[in-house]
Amino acid sequence: MDPEPVIRFDNVGMRYGRGPEILRDLSFDLPRGSFQFLTGPSGAGKTSLLRLIYLAAKPSRGLISYFGRDAATLPRNELPDLRRRVGVVFQEFRLLGHMNVFDNVALPLRVAGRKRQDYAEDVAELLTWVGLGDKMNALPATLSGGEQQRVAIARAVVGQPEVLIADEPTGNVDPEMGMRLLRLFAELNKLGTTIIIATHDLQLVRMLDAPVMTLSNGHLHIRPPRSERLRMQEAAEAEAEADRIAAAPAAAAPRSSVEPHETDIADDGDVDE
Amino acid sequence: MSSAIPKPPAGGNGRLLPPDAGRDRPLFVVAAILVFLACIAALGARGAWLQAQRWTTDLETSLTIQIRPVEGRDAEADAGRAAELAAALPGVERATSRGRDHALALLTPWLGEGNLPDDLPLPLLVDVRTRSGVQIDTAALQAQLDAEGMMARIDDHGRWSDAVRRAAGSAQALGLGLLALLAGAAAAVIAFAARASLAARLDVIDALHLCGAEDRFIAGLFQRRFFMLGLKAGVAGAVFAGLVSLLVSLGDAPADMAFFLPQWASDPFEFVLLAAAPILAGLTAAVSARLAVASDLRGRW
Repeated sequence: MDPEPVIRFDNVGMRYGRGPEILRDLSFDLPRGSFQFLTGPSGAGKTSLLRLIYLAAKPSRGLISYFGRDAATLPRNELPDLRRRVGVVFQEFRLLGHMNVFDNVALPLRVAGRKRQDYAEDVAELLTWVGLGDKMNALPATLSGGEQQRVAIARAVVGQPEVLIADEPTGNVDPEMGMRLLRLFAELNKLGTTIIIATHDLQLVRMLDAPVMTLSNGHLHIRPPRSERLRMQEAAEAEAEADRIAAAPAAAAPRSSVEPHETDIADDGDVDE
Repeated sequence: MSSAIPKPPAGGNGRLLPPDAGRDRPLFVVAAILVFLACIAALGARGAWLQAQRWTTDLETSLTIQIRPVEGRDAEADAGRAAELAAALPGVERATSRGRDHALALLTPWLGEGNLPDDLPLPLLVDVRTRSGVQIDTAALQAQLDAEGMMARIDDHGRWSDAVRRAAGSAQALGLGLLALLAGAAAAVIAFAARASLAARLDVIDALHLCGAEDRFIAGLFQRRFFMLGLKAGVAGAVFAGLVSLLVSLGDAPADMAFFLPQWASDPFEFVLLAAAPILAGLTAAVSARLAVASDLRGRW
């Protein structure tokens, strides 16, 4: 794994105009090839954080580096190239209504200056893969919500971005489709794409063993993946056990030493809602 | 495997910008009207310019010899002789003696017809046309006329020509001022309308921007679109202005009535003006669209 994170936040704060700070002191790394969820109540700043990650907004303070480049010193004409390395699936899709499915998906390749004959087959293959092979000529307005979503996802991944951001990707689809999309993201992650999924859907979060970033009141809390927490819990238990054995071979003590962790986990679950 | 994949849609790339769908029609109409008005103003200003030029040339290339009636002399004969003398001078194109009928005709507007006794002595006029740019030696002519014993006075219109020149100058300035105002208004409205029309397409700018399109790529799209829009509107306005001026010239309005009316003189000026107007309209629309997109993009990081 590449030791350098694809995106690094260091004491980042953000405010709009002269308003209050929406995000405060965010410091985290997105390691290359990682997969994480982002949750938090509405208005906690999820969208703003995502905007920072996909280079749609500038931080008010702090440092962000994209692919090892410090955002503050990036010349404006290098930003488009970085944006092409980040794919975004917007909650409201943002497809262009006057263009057909094929052209919508091909958009990132087109703005990158690629020739149609070079990418046409790749786009067709990708559309077939997401189950829209027979709808390439359709306009977005004629598609169902789930189909539009798949178009948006295809557009986000067609340029083989290194980072993929999905904002509420399961908000508009039934649970089964949600599972399929999640599997799609997991698949892309296995191929090396760094993935962030913003969601309210706790069931979705529980389906994968991935770290969860939780925003509340502009602060970020990162919960390690379940496997890691279990490992930590076991380690703590083992330590407690060792302590217990070392201290006094009495009785009845183990449960109380473990409980705080269990409560801790349950509390985290509540915060997510 | 590839046989299972349907063929990508045939044909070229779809347009990145949505088709007009009537959204740009107000801009088109406004731009066409303003280009029309600006063309009319330009043609009218030129009409005024030419007219004023004609006045001053008329004044500068004409002299009038007034023969006053003297007891015992034949004024008509004197006028004829004066015309001969004047015609002999270098630089004189022709000299025409106007008879008593002409003098009476000049008085008719004030005194009515037939109200003058036939034997009333009237000054007679000799109309002298000179080649433009030639200075006639009026003093020598006056001396010759005096030598003939006539009571003659030469009027080279010097008293008038300054005033006329000033009036012509202000007419020309007024024409140019009108033209500048209308051209400025046209540019401002086209720029404003281009901005308003852009605001309706922010979603496209947004999508392209976040897909990693470069600023100049996005600005170029809008610039081309609005150049074509301005160009088409300009062509419509210019063609209409040309037709109107042609119609005005076909109607037999007297020259002085048509002072600020556009006149079709079928000279290069018209064609250059009517060809340049649409291009200017197109460039104005393109530049304002580019500036609007650029300022929007700069606000986005």
